[in-house]
Formats: sequence, structure tokens, C-alpha cells
Amino acid sequence: MSSALNNPAHPRNVQLTSDGRLKHFLSINGLSKTLLTEILDTAESFANMGEQSVKKVPLLRGKTIVNLFFENSTRTRATFELAAKRLSADVLNLDIKTSSTAKGETLMDTLQNIEAMYADMFVVRHADSGAAHFIASQVTPRVAIINAGDGRHAHPTQAMLDMFTIRKHKGGFEGLKVAIVGDILHSRVARSQIRALNTLGAEEVRLVAPKTLLPIGIEEMGAKIYTRMEDGIRDVDVVIMLRLQKERMSGALLPSEAEFYRLYGLTTEKLSYAHPEAIVMHPGPINRGVEIESAVADGSRSVILQQVGYGIATRMAVMSMAMSGQMHERAQI
Amino acid sequence: MGYQKETDFLPEVAPLIDSLAVKLTSYLNEHGITQPLLIGIHTGGVWVAEALRQKMQVNWPLGTLDIAFYRDDFSKTGLNPSVKPSNLPFSTENQHLVLIDDVLMSGRTIRAAMNEIFDYGRPASITLVTLLSLSGRELPIQADCYGLQLELPANKRVKLSGPDPLEFNLVIRPVDAEEPV
Amino acid sequence: MRISILGGRVIDPAQQLDQITDVHLQEGQILALGDCPKGFQAEQTINAGGLIVCPGFIDLCCHLREPGPSYKGNIASETQAALAGGFTQVCVRPDTQPPLDSPAVVRVVKEKAELVGKAKVLPVGALTQGLDGQLLSNMSGLQGAGCVALTNLRHPVQDNLILRRCLEYAATFDLLVVFYPEDSSLKGLGFAHEGSLSSQLGLEGIPETAETLAVAQILLLVEQTGIRAHFAHLSTAKAVTQIAEAKAKGLPITADVALSHLLFTEACLESFDSNFHLEPPLRSATDRLGLLQGLKDGTLSAVSSGHLPHEAAAKMAPFSVSEPGMSSLEVVLPKMLTLVEEGWLSLTDMVRRLALAPAELLRIKSGALLPGYSADLILIDPKASWILNNQTGFSAGKNTPFWNQPLKGRVVTSLVNGEIRYNLK
Repeated sequence: MSSALNNPAHPRNVQLTSDGRLKHFLSINGLSKTLLTEILDTAESFANMGEQSVKKVPLLRGKTIVNLFFENSTRTRATFELAAKRLSADVLNLDIKTSSTAKGETLMDTLQNIEAMYADMFVVRHADSGAAHFIASQVTPRVAIINAGDGRHAHPTQAMLDMFTIRKHKGGFEGLKVAIVGDILHSRVARSQIRALNTLGAEEVRLVAPKTLLPIGIEEMGAKIYTRMEDGIRDVDVVIMLRLQKERMSGALLPSEAEFYRLYGLTTEKLSYAHPEAIVMHPGPINRGVEIESAVADGSRSVILQQVGYGIATRMAVMSMAMSGQMHERAQI
Repeated sequence: MGYQKETDFLPEVAPLIDSLAVKLTSYLNEHGITQPLLIGIHTGGVWVAEALRQKMQVNWPLGTLDIAFYRDDFSKTGLNPSVKPSNLPFSTENQHLVLIDDVLMSGRTIRAAMNEIFDYGRPASITLVTLLSLSGRELPIQADCYGLQLELPANKRVKLSGPDPLEFNLVIRPVDAEEPV
Repeated sequence: MRISILGGRVIDPAQQLDQITDVHLQEGQILALGDCPKGFQAEQTINAGGLIVCPGFIDLCCHLREPGPSYKGNIASETQAALAGGFTQVCVRPDTQPPLDSPAVVRVVKEKAELVGKAKVLPVGALTQGLDGQLLSNMSGLQGAGCVALTNLRHPVQDNLILRRCLEYAATFDLLVVFYPEDSSLKGLGFAHEGSLSSQLGLEGIPETAETLAVAQILLLVEQTGIRAHFAHLSTAKAVTQIAEAKAKGLPITADVALSHLLFTEACLESFDSNFHLEPPLRSATDRLGLLQGLKDGTLSAVSSGHLPHEAAAKMAPFSVSEPGMSSLEVVLPKMLTLVEEGWLSLTDMVRRLALAPAELLRIKSGALLPGYSADLILIDPKASWILNNQTGFSAGKNTPFWNQPLKGRVVTSLVNGEIRYNLK
């Protein structure tokens, strides 16, 4: 059996050109600290654009970007659309409804139909873990794939905008203690965040949740488990709250929202256990009174609103880097 | 006027600034431009613009331009992540602009800069000022005022170092170098 | 037809034989080994110098896809692939369409295979009607039509009472029951081994207990009902231990492992390659080691191909919605030879696991080169280098990670009933 690293299908090798440039953005898995930092630096240059009168750059002019969302999400899709337009690309939004029995076939047929339109990039959100990898392995080499969230596996652009936020407000990752709180089990965002934080050199990544919401063996990704929130967020520099979906109550994973809020909700009182200058983050949309108290969400330590703006810059960075890598590879052939 | 013969000789910067300041003053007077806005292209052009401002003893506003997002070689070189954002602290609409760079060669940097300037608004005019004008145009772009014309050997390039002192350095061009200038 | 096979390295575990010698066949049976018998004049001689000569392999679990969707394969293509892989007999799984739950369908399969004239088929009948896990199948009729065993595959039996009744009824006819142990509620919607990797990849997991719980329950029912039982396609090291303990207690049980689980682990899922979507799932490195150890010490007496050919579209989907299964008949030999090279078992034991042991647990007079036995044997070139591709592969299913990969070790000739039915030229 050949080593995983030599395997051309390994996540690292699928995403990078032969000279190490990004050509797909599917997961944080396999990407180096250097590359992640490059994404953050590129996002930085785009972030400052919003303050000036020129909101658009012509980098992706003439390119067609297709938003392929198999799962509903107005908010994420809107930020990708905005990011693409600020790069002067043409954007096509496709909402696909798939029947549960014929999912696989429909996906292949859908891809073939869209490819005929000569798109340069797909931004994909899908309910199956691994869907973005599958699509990347199937489309003709010219198309860059950006994973906007696949099943429970990964949400790498969200993780990068979270890293951007942390770097912006905390200066860097060395010595940093970060706590991720809530429904880790169902969260693709959390998985990507854990990887990114470890790759970028955070000192400690903590996961805080009741046992029923912790995936088996998740510590092996490089995190410490806490079931008591007070212990979990003690002295941390960053608190990331995850959204709790109402369906979890019916799945026999939690008794009630009230109990969850009492034990794991971020209130002003709980926040006092964290470092006095800790920042509060949330991938959104927030459930007030379920995972976070309004006073905290709207308070001085919260950077939740800024995250949205950083999201556009981060996505601009990822999209332009991946497009550049694709074009570079195309030119080599 | 023809180019000087192919040479390895590089001029001193300070006297060039002096002569360029004189030429620019005269040009602006001829064209009735009294309150131009200066725009320097990162990084060399900004240094030259500041030096000119000092020499001419004027306090015209100075904006800085980074053309990374407007380059035409995006697919070959990709993005340079160490881009400093452009900063134009004034409106360009209907204004007379003086665009300043250190070296003019192929003309592509100026093409990118003008595209970017027009994305900010419609200026009344743009006057192009460069310290050096080298042979090797690939686009029909010429400086309105320049310090010196030069022809260099094919494998050599010029880089301005600074900000103090401002100095020209000769650089050997690597075989597959990308040509932004 | 009188045939002599000369100068090959004859390996026959039934006789503890491993030496260069000759094999003589007459009228479709093994006549003698060694010197030419008095008065025997061969009509055809085969030079087996440099080759291994051994009993043809017997596969315990193979999908021939017929009756069923022809784009996935059929009896002609798959029995041909079997021969190329060294299998002179294959057990046919009952989950055809319609399933093998009636004597009529079983006869159709047997007759078609005889017509095609490649590998012989040994049908394994359905334990319950339609494999639905509710009503007993016509077990006596199935036995009469030629079924060598019964199974419900991975389809759950409604409840343990029905399962007990099925086993008691099967015991009436001394039928072998084959179990693919899996607790369906613990399996749930899972399709990957439950552990830190499936957590990282966000893939729904099947815990180890889905297999071990089922094994424990079945062992107790076996004890109660006294049936002969075979546990197929084990995936956990723990189950191997359970089998070893039960064997030590004297229970009439045997067990096998599918080729894929001796070679791969859950690590193969990292790239979401649907070729590795299997039932049962590929588990941890520790599990793989436990299975290899079980193979070595004989707790797992046989290796099964687990052959499940698919058309390309079945695998062209995100992992969780791709169809599980691997096409494997044609790579069993080269991959088992690799395990021999790595020291996991001797060449003789390899032949035992692939030929003699299956014959013994199925209670058929086969899997050995004993005089009077049907002349089902193969000639192997252990050094041959080749690549599995469109020119060399016979199965309709290309769903294998070994497609277009170099392999070492190849079947050169396969004889069934004393006839050469496959020859590499």
C-alpha cells in the first residue's frame, strides 16, 4: 500500500498545484501554515478596500463563478456572491433541489450540465461529507472548486474568516487559548477551526460541550475536551460559540434549550471566567437566549458583526488564489 | 531624442530629482495646472513623489497606489500577498493628477495605474512623471516629464532603493523573470 | 481426456504436500500424483515448470449479478473473471433479483452457469423468503436444488425468535447457515468505522459493537440450536477473539474474512474515495492486525473475495451515497501472495485458506488433489508481472483500487472437471 502522502487523492495533493499553489479549496486538511498565512495576508489587502470608494478590482473579470448550493443558505451564498462581484466576476446562482433517492445521479448530471456552460469556478455547499472532494475529482481540470460546507466534514472559508478575525483582534496565534463551545458533533465549522488553529500554532484548542454533542475521538484532532463550561473557558483569549439547532432536542441529544442555556450558554457571568480581554465570536446566525445572551452578543467584547465583513475579504482571497492557481496550471499544460 | 547608448552606467538620483523638479514646474505652468493632486506608485514612485514635493517646496496632497490587483499577468504570477492597499485621500473627480513612478519601461504598470485611477472617478487630466525612461515599450505610453532616458543591456534591470538615500541599483534579470514594468 | 501436468510445484494442504512432482488426470478426475501410473498414456501434457500447481480456489461469497441488472455484470462475465482469478468454484450470494429463495431460481442460475461453462457455481440460498427476515424459506427445496448453505446476508431478521426458528428448521436438514453479523439498529445510518477518523471526516459511524453484539447473540443461538454456523466477512479484532473462544469451547463454527479487510483500513477514507465504501466498513489498523493474526493462527479458516462488481455510475457519487462493494475476484491471488511474502502465512496455508478450508466447511468433496476428486486445479506463475485493465480484466466491475495498478502473481491455467477452461496465452 502506497503512503497516504504519495497518494494523488490525498486532501493536500488534490488542492494544490505541483508548485504548491492553491487550486481548489476543499478543507484545511493538508494545507501548510505558510499557505494559510498567505490566505490571511491576501484577505488583509482586500479587507482595506471596503473603506475606499473603489469597491471592485478587475482580478476575475471575464470569469464565471457558479454558486452551487444543494443546501439552503441565503447568508453564506450572499457573501460569496458579493465577494465574486467585488472581483469583477460574473456570478450564476443555482439552487438545486435533489430527491433523496436519486442524489448521486442528479449530482453527476447536474455537474455535466453546468460544465457545458464553461464555468471557471464552482462554490459548492452540499449535505454529504466529502461532496466537495467528489466534485473536484469529477470536473474537468479547468474548474476551481470552493467548499462552502459539506455535510459535517468541513467549512474551510468560515474557518479562515474566523482565523482572520482572531489575528485582527489578537495580533497572532502564539500563546493563544481558544475555546469552541456548543454542538461540536454536527459542526463542520468546528472541525475546520480546530485544524486551522492547530496549523497556525495556537497554544490550546478547547472543546466545551455535553458528551452527547462531542464526536468520538475528536481530541485526536488536537483539542482538549471539557464538559463544564466554567473550566473550559477559564482564561481563554477567544470564545467561539456554535449555533444550536432546534432539531437536536428531538434527536435525544439534549433535554431542553433551557438546560443547554443554563449550562453552556455564554452569559456575562460565564464570560467573566475568560481572560478579561477575551473576544467573543459566532459563525452566525445567533440564537439569542439559546447559546448566547443578548448583552454578550451586543457587548464590547463581541466581534460577531465584524466577522461578516471579514468573510467577504477572506472569500475574495480564497477565490482569487484558487483561480490564479488553476490558470497557472492550465498555462503549464 | 534618441536613447543614450547601451550602458551599465547609472546616474546619481539627487541631481535627477533637481532637474525633474524644474521640468515638472515648467510643464505645469505651460498647461495652467496650479493645484494638482500627486499620486505615487508603490514603492519607488512614492519616494520620488515625496522627494519632488520637498524640492519644489509644495504641499500638494499625495496619494499612494498599489497596482497589484490591476496587473495583466495575474495568471502567471498569481497574487502577491504583501500588497499594501492603495490610499487616495482625496476625490479625483474632475481634478488634475500627476502620476509619478520611478522607472518607465514596458508601460504596463502605468496602464494598470490608469485603469485603477479611473475606477476612482474621472480626472480632468493625468500628467505622467518618471525618474527614468528606459527603452523597451510594449504599449504606446510616454512620460510627460522624465529625468533621463536610458538604454540598458537586455539582461539588466534598474531598481530604486530608498527612501534615504535614494539610489539606483543594477539588477541582473533572471531567465524567466516576470515583467511588471 | 487424459492429461499430465509435469514438473510443477504441487501444493496440496490436504496431503501436506509441497514438492515438485507430476499430476495425472483422467475422465475429469485426479488419477494420481507423482510417477505416471502403469498403462497411463497422456493425450495432452502441460509443462508446469516454474509454476505452482494447486487445487482450484473456492470462493465463499460472490455476486454474479444474474438474475439482476446486467449492467453490473452477469454469470458469463463473473464466472470468467473467477477462473482468471483461480477460482474454479464460487458460492453465489442469494441477493440476486429475484433472490435465491426458491428452487426454481436456483436451478436457473445453475443451468446458466453450466451452459456458460466457466467456473462452477455453488448457490447459497436465502434463509428467509425474499431475505425479508420474516418467513422461513423453502429450505429443503433449496437444498435439493443444490444450495450448499443458507444466509440472510446483512438483511436483518425481524426478531430473535424468528431467527431461532430459522436455525432450528435449518438444523433439521443439517444445513450450514452463514452469518454476516451486524446489529441493524446499532448500524443505523452509518457507513464508516466509528472512531476519531470518521469524526474528523464527518462520516456517520458504525460502532464496533454493531458486529460484536451480533456475534455474541448468534453464538448463543448456535449453542442452543446446534446448527453448523459460519461467520463471514468479519471486520473487528474483537470478533476474532470471540470466535476463537467459541471454537475453544467446541462450538461447530468457522469464520472468514474478506480480502479487502486484510489489506485496507479506515485511513483509505481520508480522500473520500468511494472504492473504499464497503460493507462491513474498513476499520482501524488494530482491527486489521487482529484479522491478519486470526488468519495466521487459523481462527479465520478461510479468505473470501467479497466480490461485488458495480458499474461506474454506482461509485460516481459522494461517499455516503455511493454503492458499497469492491470487485475483487481477479486480485485475490496476487494480493494473497503479497501477504505470503510479508510473512503472514505460508504458501501452503494460503492454498488451505482459499481452497481446502472452504471445501471442508461446505462439506464438499473438493479443494484437494486426492485421487477420485474432481480435477479442479490451477497453475500459478508467482512471479508474473501484470496490470489489471481493460485488456486483462474479465469482470464487469472495475470498482477496485487496483485498477490499472501493477500486480505480481497470476493464474496461468484453470482446469474444471479436467477441462482447460482458462489459459493465458
